[in-house]
Amino acid sequence: MISIRCDVLVEGETSSGETLVLDRPISFWGGVDPKTGRIADVRHPQHGQTIAGRVLFLPGTIGSSSASAVLMELVHNGNAPAALVLDEPDAILLLGLIVAREMGWSAPPALRLPKTDHPAFAGRTISVDASGWLTTA
Amino acid sequence: MALELNAAQRDIASRQDGAGMAMRIVADAASLLGAPRLIPIASAHIDGALYHGDSGTLFAERLVDGGAKLAVRATLNVGALDLTGCSRDRLPPHERAMARRMMDAYRKLGCEPTWTCAPYQAGHRPAKGTDVAWGESNAVVFCNSVLGARTNRYGDFLDIACAISGVAPDYGLHQPANRRASLVFDVSGLDPDFLASEIVWPVLGSLIGREAGPDIGVVSGITSHPGDDALKAFGAASASTGAVGLFHIAGVTPEASDLATALGGEAPVRTIKVSPAMAADAQARLSTAERPDVIDAVAIGSPHLSPAEFAQLAALLAGRKVAVPFYACTGRHALAEIERRGLLEPLRVSGVTIVADTCVVVTPMLPDNASGILMTNSGKFAQYAPGNTGYAVLYGSLADCVESAVAGRAVFAVRAA
Repeated sequence: MISIRCDVLVEGETSSGETLVLDRPISFWGGVDPKTGRIADVRHPQHGQTIAGRVLFLPGTIGSSSASAVLMELVHNGNAPAALVLDEPDAILLLGLIVAREMGWSAPPALRLPKTDHPAFAGRTISVDASGWLTTA
Repeated sequence: MALELNAAQRDIASRQDGAGMAMRIVADAASLLGAPRLIPIASAHIDGALYHGDSGTLFAERLVDGGAKLAVRATLNVGALDLTGCSRDRLPPHERAMARRMMDAYRKLGCEPTWTCAPYQAGHRPAKGTDVAWGESNAVVFCNSVLGARTNRYGDFLDIACAISGVAPDYGLHQPANRRASLVFDVSGLDPDFLASEIVWPVLGSLIGREAGPDIGVVSGITSHPGDDALKAFGAASASTGAVGLFHIAGVTPEASDLATALGGEAPVRTIKVSPAMAADAQARLSTAERPDVIDAVAIGSPHLSPAEFAQLAALLAGRKVAVPFYACTGRHALAEIERRGLLEPLRVSGVTIVADTCVVVTPMLPDNASGILMTNSGKFAQYAPGNTGYAVLYGSLADCVESAVAGRAVFAVRAA
């Protein structure tokens, strides 16, 4: 069992799920289908996988300023990740969670963890609690 | 350093209305960014009114229902619909209705219905040194670089939240120390004929965007001001291949009276001598089409065309008819002007479809064609069209686009840099 405490970037519901550890940064706008959560970027190594319901580890994000809109749309339609774990805080992407909470929608938490620690969680099912603990099943 | 709100800001943030929601969004973003305070802004340009799904519409309507009003002037970037009726989209009925509700909500908040990605050519030009909150990558880069006003890249939701609260997080490009260039792009070794051509600006923009990423570059070796339309094409291309928010051109842009000033008196981290081979490579990379002789459509106007660019288009067409669909995207500011100048009717007679308020890469408008090839003179369309429309791209000058559209197949006057 691995257990590690992360900084909480955006508070959210306690959750658990299968991990998806991305090998490369992703652009949410154009890179993730806002209806389904499927990775739509054909150049991304994990193209075709889904982020819906997963504890999503992001080594980085690529630029579009509409990333927040895509993430909030996924929260609204029930296809958001169970939690997001980011190497660096990304204010544009995380606004999607901040605004979803303002709207009163149940949104996943976002935590910060250096990307060098991400691979250890690949292929696991983990739980995320409100104080930032990641624990493998 | 933790974010400090003043008493008035704390008071607004504690409210349950639209203004309270906007202030909390700005404050939460500032905390994430590590900004120590919020600073007043003079204006905003809102990119958040483009429909990506129902949640964005519900957010805008929540602000309206909460009685939110703008604290500063705000122009609107494109929506998903052409409200002028010049062109027709292919959105399904539900999406069209929700996109319309979203556009209506942003107007009710008090935003100006400019519906353009070139607000700086529609009368919105903040003064040098003023802090503003602008969204849309090309508008941001033009505002910072050509106008010398100060903005970061404001994403969806934060742009309108800043416009309602009248404040923005103090970080990044709002701070003068973060606006100096660290990279030099010396273009003095390029052929003078190429440097004087129309395509040099999108080509160099895409090259520099790719090389600079989020860093700030200064271009040296440009001997005269190329005009706003050229700088518009340059900035848009640079912001579509990289995360460029600000560039300088020594002797041309307002914070670069000379190279040393642009560098803030310090030595550059890196100097890139742009060679003819690098420019030719950047030009080739703008095209993705495997068969460079066939075209199915032409699209121009990213960023939106100015009246001067429409005049060039009309002169190049010279009354001839196009043989493939030809889309010219613009804002209603330019539409009114070209109608006044008598350019609109001749373009329509030539078969040009004017697209206003929106554009062909942000809303489904091009004919459904999985193997289609789109020709463009826009570095930004060249970057985004393959992913957003499914069309492969063939890049050429405006003259090449016009001759190809008339001939119904690709025609190039000049093939390479």
